[in-house]
This record gives sequence, structure tokens and C-alpha cells, in this order.
Amino acid sequence: MQKQETLLLAERAAEIRLRSVDAIYHAKSGHPGGSLSISDLLAYLYFKELRIDPANPQDPARDRFVLSKGHCCPALYAALAIRGFFPVEDLNTLRKLGSYLSGHPDMKNVPGVDMSTGSLGQGISAAAGMALVGKREGAPYRVYAVLGDGELQEGQVWEAAMFAGHYGLDNLIAFVDFNHLQIDGDVREVMNPTPIDRKFEAFGWYAQCIDGHSFDALETAIENAKRADKPAVIVMTTVKGKGVSFMENQSGWHGKAPKAEEYEIAMKELTATYETCKEATIHG
Amino acid sequence: MAEKIATRVAYGNALANLGETNHFYVMDADLSGSTQTAIFGKKFPERFINCGIAEANMISAAAGIASTGVPVFCSSFAMFACGRAYEQIRNSVAYPRLNVKICASHGGITVGEDGPTHQYCEDLAIMRSTPNMVVVNPADATEATAAVEAILKYDGPVYCRLGRFAVPVVFDPADFRFELGKGNVISDGKDVVIFATGIMNAAAIEARELLKGHGVDAAVVDIHTIKPIDRELIASYAAKTGAVVTAEEHSIIGGLGSAVAEVLAETVPTKMTRVGIEDVFGTSASAEVLLDHYKLNAAGIVEKTLRLLGK
Repeated sequence: MQKQETLLLAERAAEIRLRSVDAIYHAKSGHPGGSLSISDLLAYLYFKELRIDPANPQDPARDRFVLSKGHCCPALYAALAIRGFFPVEDLNTLRKLGSYLSGHPDMKNVPGVDMSTGSLGQGISAAAGMALVGKREGAPYRVYAVLGDGELQEGQVWEAAMFAGHYGLDNLIAFVDFNHLQIDGDVREVMNPTPIDRKFEAFGWYAQCIDGHSFDALETAIENAKRADKPAVIVMTTVKGKGVSFMENQSGWHGKAPKAEEYEIAMKELTATYETCKEATIHG
Repeated sequence: MAEKIATRVAYGNALANLGETNHFYVMDADLSGSTQTAIFGKKFPERFINCGIAEANMISAAAGIASTGVPVFCSSFAMFACGRAYEQIRNSVAYPRLNVKICASHGGITVGEDGPTHQYCEDLAIMRSTPNMVVVNPADATEATAAVEAILKYDGPVYCRLGRFAVPVVFDPADFRFELGKGNVISDGKDVVIFATGIMNAAAIEARELLKGHGVDAAVVDIHTIKPIDRELIASYAAKTGAVVTAEEHSIIGGLGSAVAEVLAETVPTKMTRVGIEDVFGTSASAEVLLDHYKLNAAGIVEKTLRLLGK
């Protein structure tokens, strides 16, 4: 990838993180940890990969994106707003009465959201359904979905994995946000889903394991996935709470909003990163 | 004796016919022979999806398909399509109001010999309480055929209950009219009204004849749409007769009986009685034996009606 492009994506990811934490603070609740671990992926998808048009969010030919781990929607909302689907000023109405930005994504009210999710395990099935009908109807789109590592404990994920493998859904790319933490602790201690890649391979998928915070790795893996003749899973090793020092690798930051003093520190760190990225983009 | 056809058979044939001129998909979970979706599957394999024994994935995948603008019919036994995959119906289909039709066969006690694990008598209750969901329970093959066409034309989630057991054809296709949400007056009457749904319509028609012998003139009204329920028709017949009987192959909790009671409590409070499964699990036996055992028959309706009327 060109250096300038990498810098631009880093800037977008920094802005997604900044706006996610800001929205969660103003909502007084939400899920910062997993939002921060997928921010780099969302920057890549929304600012490089997806064939979408904010002016025509219902275009039948558009690529689809399903956030199966729907609780991390603060990052999705931020990506959509920055991409131009709705005003960034609306982000801080998250989870408030009258706002269209619910605690989990609502496809009927949020421009750019392709599936309502929140109940774990269901989004990946919906994504597989979109992929199958797309293949059968000869539609040009691809379907991208993001699963949590804890979400893999839902049996429905493996029903969907079997379905996608069986029907050879080569237009489906799933990402697993392997940040190692769920509400009750380390996923490997709560209910071990590993080896993740080999499980998907056994269901007929093409599996890759990468650093989920590297744009170069994302690019390589996504391009490989597109060439595969089967559904593809990209297991991304990530850091939960990435970008906020005291949130990183702490399961306690799965689903709570920062207090005022914590918010100040988090925003200082995220703003500094964002400003650094912006500088770098301008100066190459 | 009227010809007997199971509503699931009418459903399977209706799908295959409608598929010729309408674009939609059909999904099943390894029961396509029983649910009769195999007829469509054979005719239109490119629009048929067997999901294997994985109902949760089937319902959410149907939501994904419907999100692209293509209507989807999903079938399995009621116990699994609705019971097993309830949360997928609620969150993947009903909440985003996607165009998925859950057409579940083998509803109610007439599943028969398979026994209580497969006899689902709570589906209408659980589906009725789910927002955005239209709930339909056809009486016979004629009504099932018309219902399938109507729910295809309706843009939104529908739960339609179909039966395994062959039941009398009570409606003549030649002059039958079907409108979602509107009850069908089968027979007028002045002493009592029997609101029946699904296969209990045939029993209600038979009960009306038996009641004549007791000097009771009973109206019979088919309530095929449990939600939205026909409030005006229910209130008007309650006001006219002053006595209400409900008859359903379903728990007396949460189904037609409850829906009618809710309407009457808020409009025309009327003495009433409910014929249905009395909050118990079923048991293994043939459908005919079970209908008699649980008094889901004309005699059962007559008995409760006479008691209601103090005769």
C-alpha cells in the first residue's frame, strides 16, 4: 500500500476512535473496548474497500456490511458519519430518546446500516443469506461481516459457517475480532473458541490469521480472500480498547462508559493520536 | 363428508403455483417433504434453499435475503420454526420488519404420534405478542391457498400456521374471499357466537348443527387472522348474541381465546368460554384420538356452549 494511503487510513481510524469514545461518554453507556479494537478494520473497509455511496445508501448493487457483533456500533456509526452517511454532529445522540442511533444497529433507521444486529450469532447468518441470494441472482456485491471472538461461542455462528461452506459463498468475507476478551474475562478461559482458523477451515472456509491493526496485512488478506473460491474468514489479532492506554486489554472496558476524569484522559490521548495522524497525512 | 386435505398440502401447491409468476425464495430445514416445500423446490431449485437441521440460521439467513428485496418463505415444524428459532424471528425478522413469511407446518396437537416434544400449542401466543408480526391460522385447504397468496402480497413479516392432519374442506374455492385481518362469517346465529380458528372451524360448523337440537342458534365466525384481529366483527357478534365461545387447536392461554377476551373486555364485556388445550402438554396418539381426548371437537364445543348458556 502507498504510504500516503496508509497515513490517511490511520487518520480515519483515529477519528473513528475519538468519535466513538466521545459518543459513549455522552451516552453514559456503551461498548468502548470492542469498538476500539475494530476501528482500523472499519477505516479500511469504509475508506478503501467497500463499494458504497452515501448519496444512495440503498443501492441494490452496493457491497453489504454486517456488524454481527452489533454492540460495537459506536465505531460503525462514527465510520458511517465520517464517510458522509449522516452528520457527525448526530453521533453524540447515541442511545438517547428520539435518536436514530440506538444501542445496537437498526437497519431501518440508520443510513448505511445493512442489517439490524445486536443479538450475537444472528448477523453472520444474515450476511450468509445476503451472499447466497447475491450469488444466485448474479448480483455484483460482496458481503463483509465482523464477528466477535466471544460471539463464536454462539452455536448459530457454526450453523452459518456450515451453510456458507456448503453453498460455497465465495462472495462472503468474515472478520473475527480476536481481542481475546469477553465480559467475564479471557475468551480462552470462559469458553475457548480456538483454534478459530482451523474450525472455519473444517467448515469449508479459507482462513487467514493477521494483525488486525495493520492496514498492509488487512489489504493482503482481503485481496487473498477475494480470490478464494470459498467463503473467507480473516482472524484478526487485535487489542481490546486499542488507543486508550487504560482501556487496552482490560475486559472491564467491554461495556461501560468512562467517567468524566477518565474521559478527559482518553480524549487527550485519542486527540493527540488524531492530530499526529493529520500532521503526517499533510506532510506525507 | 367433505373432502379432506391438510393445509400444508395446500401451502405446498400454492407456493409452486405462485412461484411461476412471482419472484420469491423458499427455505426449509430438512423437512421439505413434510412441510410440502419440496414441490416448489423441485420446480424452482434455483430459488429453494435447504438449510439442514439448523432453524436459527435459516431464519436469520432469510432476513438477509429479504433485506435485498426478495420475499422469503421459511418452513419447518411449528415447534422448531417458531419455538426453536423464536429469538431469530424476533430480532432478525420482526424488529427490522423484513419480508419473511414463517409458514410452519405441524402446528398444534394433531402432529399426533410424535408426542409433546413436537406438538406446539403455544405458537400463536408467542407470535401474537411479537411486534410487527401478522399471525394467520387457516381453516382448510381453500383458506390456506388464499392465505399464502395474501401473505405474499403483504410486505412484512407473517407467521402462518399449517397442519399435518388432513381436515375437511369447509370453504368452496369458487366463491371464497380472503382478506388479512378480516374474519369470515360462516353462519349467522342469534343465541351465541363461536369464534373458531384453524381446523376448529370444521368442528364449530358441526357443533352448530348439534346445538340446533338443543334449541340454540349459534353463529360461526372464522377468525383466520389472529393478529391484527378483527375487533369490529368480534365486538358486533358479541353484542348481537351476548355469549361467546372460542375454539382453537392451541393453548387457551395467549391465542384466539385470549385475543377475543382482550377485545371484549375493552368493547363489549360478554360472558365467554374457551375451547382449547387447557395449559397442558400433549401426549402420543393419533390426531383423531387426541382431538377427542382433549375435546377439540364438536362435542367439546357443544358441552362448553351449553354450560355457558346455562342449559
